[in-house]
Order: sequence, then structure tokens, then C-alpha cells
Amino acid sequence: MVGPAPADLVARREAASDSVVEVRGLVRDFDVSASWLHRTLSGEPRRVVKAVGGVSFDIRRGETLALVGESGSGKSTIAKMVVGLLPPTAGSIRIDGTDIWDPANAPKLRDLRRRFQMIFQDPFASLNPRWRVRDIIAEPLDVFGITRGRATRDRVGELLTTVKLTPEDGEKYPHQFSGGQRQRICIARALASEPEFLVCDEPTSALDVSVQAQILNLMRDLQDRLGLTYLFISHNLAVVRHMADRIGVLYLGGLAEVAPAKAMFRDPRHPYTRSLIDAIPDIDMTGRERTPITGEIPNPLDPPPGCTFHPRCPFARERCRREVPRAFAEASGALVACHGVEEGWVGQAPAGQKAV
Amino acid sequence: MTDAVLSVRNLVVEFPTRRGILRALDGISFDVGPGEILGVVGESGAGKSITGSAIIGLLDPPGRIAGGEIRLKGERIDNLPTERLNRIRGKRIGMVFQDPLTSLNPLFTVGQQLAETIQHHLRLGERESRQRAIDLLAEVGIPAPEARIDNYPHQFSGGMRQRVVIALALCAEPDFVIADEPTTALDVSVQAQVIQVFRRLCRERGTSAILITHDMGVIAEAADRVAVLYAGRIAEVGAVRDVLKRPLHPYTQGLMGSIPSLTGEGERLVQIPGAMPRLNAIPEGCAFNPRCPRVMDICRRERPPLIDADGACVTCWLYDERTEQPPAREAPAVGRPA
Ligand SMILES: Nc1ncnc2c1ncn2[C@@H]1O[C@H](COP(=O)(O)OP(=O)(O)OP(=O)(O)O)[C@@H](O)[C@H]1O
Ligand SMILES: Nc1ncnc2c1ncn2[C@@H]1O[C@H](COP(=O)(O)OP(=O)(O)O)[C@@H](O)[C@H]1O
Ligand code: SF4
Ligand code: SF4
Ligand SMILES: [Mg+2]
Ligand SMILES: [Mg+2]
Repeated sequence: MVGPAPADLVARREAASDSVVEVRGLVRDFDVSASWLHRTLSGEPRRVVKAVGGVSFDIRRGETLALVGESGSGKSTIAKMVVGLLPPTAGSIRIDGTDIWDPANAPKLRDLRRRFQMIFQDPFASLNPRWRVRDIIAEPLDVFGITRGRATRDRVGELLTTVKLTPEDGEKYPHQFSGGQRQRICIARALASEPEFLVCDEPTSALDVSVQAQILNLMRDLQDRLGLTYLFISHNLAVVRHMADRIGVLYLGGLAEVAPAKAMFRDPRHPYTRSLIDAIPDIDMTGRERTPITGEIPNPLDPPPGCTFHPRCPFARERCRREVPRAFAEASGALVACHGVEEGWVGQAPAGQKAV
Repeated sequence: MTDAVLSVRNLVVEFPTRRGILRALDGISFDVGPGEILGVVGESGAGKSITGSAIIGLLDPPGRIAGGEIRLKGERIDNLPTERLNRIRGKRIGMVFQDPLTSLNPLFTVGQQLAETIQHHLRLGERESRQRAIDLLAEVGIPAPEARIDNYPHQFSGGMRQRVVIALALCAEPDFVIADEPTTALDVSVQAQVIQVFRRLCRERGTSAILITHDMGVIAEAADRVAVLYAGRIAEVGAVRDVLKRPLHPYTQGLMGSIPSLTGEGERLVQIPGAMPRLNAIPEGCAFNPRCPRVMDICRRERPPLIDADGACVTCWLYDERTEQPPAREAPAVGRPA
């Protein structure tokens, strides 16, 4: 991982604000070893992927925190742990002060569950094809005992209208809808239990840009109207910049940088953030100078020692190869995990950027 | 353009099905000049891949070319017998697909595959072909090519494999390359590297290319001109800078406004209502008319022709002299600042 943000640092900086979600030292390992028998015979050791390696962040009420990162950086793994679908290996997740993975809190959880929901990338896989849309949306109303009978029917119609479909659409089946419409159905269903907090894992990545615009606008409208808090996950930096108040950049399961969205694009601090922003195609055709990042993401089974970004970092020095950088707070409000930024040697021109 | 390397005229592609004939491409025309990279962009199902497959004669059956012409350096290639077409493919037209593994044989080393293609098409000896292969790997930015040439495809990462495929597509020194979503399966940081390699190689060798993508960013990076497809038809063709910054067609205007900007203040995105129609439900007249904010009566009745306007071509009645609309280029109403 690039660097565990010391939990106490995050806690100190965020204490003053009203946080809905507090994530501290979150770790998730996956055992990807061959079978026990195979290992015994071949003498192969256990192999563990550290999908998430000590991540801490807060999400304040009514804000959108985005997590951005390339494939395999741990975005979905974090999302699943935050909504209670996947147990962490270590660390804690508090929602409204309640540690959702503490067994002692199990009785409180049912009530808490209705207050956070998740929207997934694939609107095709997440809807039961044999159910009518009205039953899909009514399910959470039922499960949480929110409404019954006629009230449920009215509420489903209302939810469909909220996502700009019509109550009549409730009679149809998922396959009768386009990708964008299906994502609206997923959103209607997620909103059914009147949650305050939504985790959205790549909600528009499967959609065309014109349909993506419809969904992003809808999500922003809903946030304004219902005061929702979002954890918004995407690999698309332009989308993230559009949606987020703050952005966390993940690399190989660790947070490289957390900063306010606009500030991060104006003045990215971490070398990885800089290269990611540099890699965005220049669609405004400003002729901006760009140096694409060299190399590729390392194998998560065998991550480099020290700063995991060092094999690709144009600023890397000896210390980076030895020591995992810990996050520190910059005056600007950004949290950055980089020796070079901390010691001031990551400055203006990159040292000897290689050509592709 | 008479010196076009590739010229497509009124191309129609149909898929006969039990419920009738589906027209996947309906009258597509464009030219690709010498050394030019033409971007073909559109939303999913617009007909981008079908355009590529039709040109290289690899339409999935029962798909067929039902009208129009395709010429490579003046010679018609849309009606050639299979064996002549097979000879053109690979030799005169190189191909790069979204998934590099479809172009690479897992059982042979990267070097064997490159050298074989070079030997076959350029009639070089074994030693020379191998040396040429090593040079090519170096050209596409594979570190230590002398060592990597004897690796199998699975020993390369996704981005490296796609670069090998680009090397493979260009090794026979073709007149023309078709790349269909070459970076879509790659990670963001790797996409930029691969696009740069593709563009540099085409430039250095003066190879013409069609670059198919759904990503306007890729177009902005690599293409000279761009054709925007909508429901199997061309909405507009023009220089990349014009189409991206001052689009003519109302669909392109909406499309550009719907892309989140990296410089704006996060204002509301432009929204085109609805979605692209399915092939069996394309409206009468202009295919975009039910979604168009500037629709006129004629748009619902008659299909707009490809009209020359301001150095570009656009299929929209707004630019026809018979309608009295101001045909000026304009920035999208909201969103991206010009
Ligand atoms: N169930 C699992 N078993 C083993 N490894 C897993 C499992 N789930 C995730 N991983 C690994 O954990 C790492 C993080 O995966 P994750 O799905 O969180 O990435 P992501 O950032 O969501 O990527 P993407 O952009 O591809 O969705 C990867 O190396 C992945 O291979
Ligand atoms: N084998 C096929 N049979 C019937 N229709 C097809 C077939 N292949 C593609 N199509 C249709 O042709 C249209 C264009 O497809 P395609 O060129 O693949 O779109 P894209 O622009 O996403 O690459 C789509 O509506 C698609 O459903
Ligand atoms: S300067 Fe060092 S610590 Fe900072 S990103 Fe580069 S390699 Fe990592
Ligand atoms: S022809 Fe008419 S409907 Fe079609 S894009 Fe132009 S104005 Fe709109
Ligand atoms: Mg994921
Ligand atoms: Mg396609």
C-alpha cells in the first residue's frame, strides 16, 4: 500500500465536523493460495492479496466523497465492507457512531441497515429478471416493514417518478428497459428505505456518456433534495471531479492522497495523483503538456517494498524503496502519503521522466 | 478527396432476422486520406464495430453488405472473393481489437508470431525477420525487447500485449490500420501510453488508420478527423478540433455537453432526453428527431442528406439552404466553455 494514514491523524482532523461514516485502519486480505493439498505436495507457501491495506477516512453529512483508482486498487472491496457485505480483516467502520462490524452492535444493525444502501456498476446483474419492477422496488419496503398494501403501491409509484420513470413502468420486467433506465430502477430501489447514505460503486461505468449525464444529474438532484451523503466510486477522473466534494486516490489498496476535489485537480500533491491527472485525455484540446505515466500496476500478490508506487515514480529515492510513507496533513488541507512531498523534494519538474 | 487511401460510399449493412431485416449501417460515407487517422465515435450500438468489420470483410453472418462501395487506394474491396480478401487482410489492412488476446496465439511466443507475419508478408529471411521483430518491440516501448521476444503472450501485462498487437498490425507495413476500441480494456494510466504508441507509429510510417472508440478523449488525443455515428448513420464528419469544440449536429452538441469537464465549475451536465433507438425502431426522417431540441417539421418526414457546411459534413436539416435556420457553428448551449 502507498501509506496507511495514521488513524489518529484522520480522527484529529475530522473530529470537528459532522461525520456520517468513520473508517479507521481498514484492512482486507484475500487468501488466494492453491488448495491445502496442492500446497503440501508442492511446498508452495500461502499467498495473500492485501486488497485494502490500512485505509482511514471520514465522510461528512451531505457530502460526496469519491474514491478513484485503477482496476484492482481496492475500490469495490472498500465499498462492500462499508455497506456490511464483506467483513474486514482489521480496522473499523462506524456509521453514525455505531461500529457495524462489532458483534455487540448486531441488535442495532437492522435499524441502521435501512439508512445505508448500495448501487452497483452493473444494472443488469443487480435486478432479478423474473420480478416485475414494482416488486423489485417494493422489496426493501417489505423487508424493513416500512409500508404495506396500498401504501406500498403508492410509494413505489412515487419512487419511480422520483427517478423520472412512470408508475406504469412498475408493471414491466427489467429486460424491457435500457441500461440507463435499469440504473434508475436500481436507484429507486436503493431510495425505498429512505437511506441517508448511499454507496455507489461505478454507477455509470456501464453506460453511454449521454445516459451517464442523465444519471449523474439525477444523483445530484436527489442529493440536494434529500440531503443524501454519497461514497462515490469510479475510475473516471472527470466524473469524479464533477460529483465529489473530496476525493481519495487509491493505489494498490492504500490511499495516496485525500483532498478537496477542485484543489486536487488544480494542485495535485502526490506523484501518482499527478500522473493520473496527466493521463486524462485532453478533450478541451488546450494543448496542455502531458507526460504519461510509465510502467503498469504491480502484481498485488507481490507488491514492491516501501512506497508501492516507487517503480513508476519519477521522483523515487532510496528512502522510498525502504520505508512505507505515512500520510501527513498539508497546510492546504490535503492528506498525502509521500516521502518526497513531506521532505520537499517532489517539487516542480520531475527528475528524468522517461519517454514511453 | 480523390487521393483517399480508403473511401467508403453509401455503405449499407443488413442483418436478416426472423422478424425482418435490421439495417445496422444505413448510408455511411467517409474518406481517409494518406497518413490520416480518422476517429469513428458513437454510443454503444451506433454501428462503429460493424463499420470496421464491413471494411475488412469480417461481418458476422448473416450480416451482409447490402449497398454502397468500399475502395482501398481506388480498388473496390467490398465485393472481393474470400481468398483475395484474406490476402488483403493483415498485409494491406492491419487490425487491432479491444481484447489483445483475440489477436495473439497463446501457444506461440510473441517473437514467433511477429517474425512469421513479417516473413510471410515482407518475404524476409528468418534472421532478418527476427531482428525486425525486436526493433518493432522496441518501437512500441517494450523494455528489453531482445529478452522479451521469446516470451509468450500471457507473460505480458494487458498494456504490453496491446502494444504487441499494434506492432503485429503494423509489421507488414499495411496501407491501412483499423483499431476497434484498442484501449477500452486497459487501465487509465496505461491507455494514454498505448494511444501515444499507436499515434506515433502511424505518424512515423505515414499509415492511415480508422480509430474506433466510444471515448471522445481518445479521439481528441489521436485522431485528425472524426466521424460521429448515430443509429447506423453519420451525424457529422469534420476536423477533430471543430467537432469537439464547435459541433454542428445537435446530437454532437448534446454529446459534448454531457461529458463532465475538467475545467468547469461542476455545472449541470447537458442532458439529451431518451436513448438511441434500437435498429427495429428507427424513427422516420432524421433518426435523432424524437430527442432533438431543434426539431422541425421536415425532420419528422424526410431524412436529411449529408450537407457540406463550414469545411465539414453534417446530416441535419438546419444546414440545408431550404430551411431558414442560422447555420453557424455554435458551442453547446451549456457546459463546456469554448
Ligand atoms: N473475492 C476475492 N478473492 C480474491 N481476491 C480478491 C477478491 N476480491 C477482490 N480481490 C482482489 O483484491 C484487489 C482489489 O479488488 P477490488 O475489486 O476491490 O478492486 P477495484 O478497485 O474495485 O477494481 P475495478 O476497478 O476492477 O472494479 C484485487 O487485487 C483483486 O484481485
Ligand atoms: N450479428 C448481429 N446480428 C444482428 N444485429 C447485430 C449483429 N451485430 C451487431 N448488430 C447490431 O448492429 C448495431 C451496431 O453494432 P456495433 O457496430 O457492434 O455497435 P458499436 O457502435 O457499439 O460498435 C447494433 O444495433 C447491434 O445490435
Ligand atoms: S516520491 Fe517516493 S514516496 Fe513519494 S510517491 Fe514517489 S516513490 Fe512514493
Ligand atoms: S435534422 Fe432536424 S431533428 Fe435531425 S438533428 Fe437536425 S434539426 Fe434535429
Ligand atoms: Mg470494482
Ligand atoms: Mg463495438
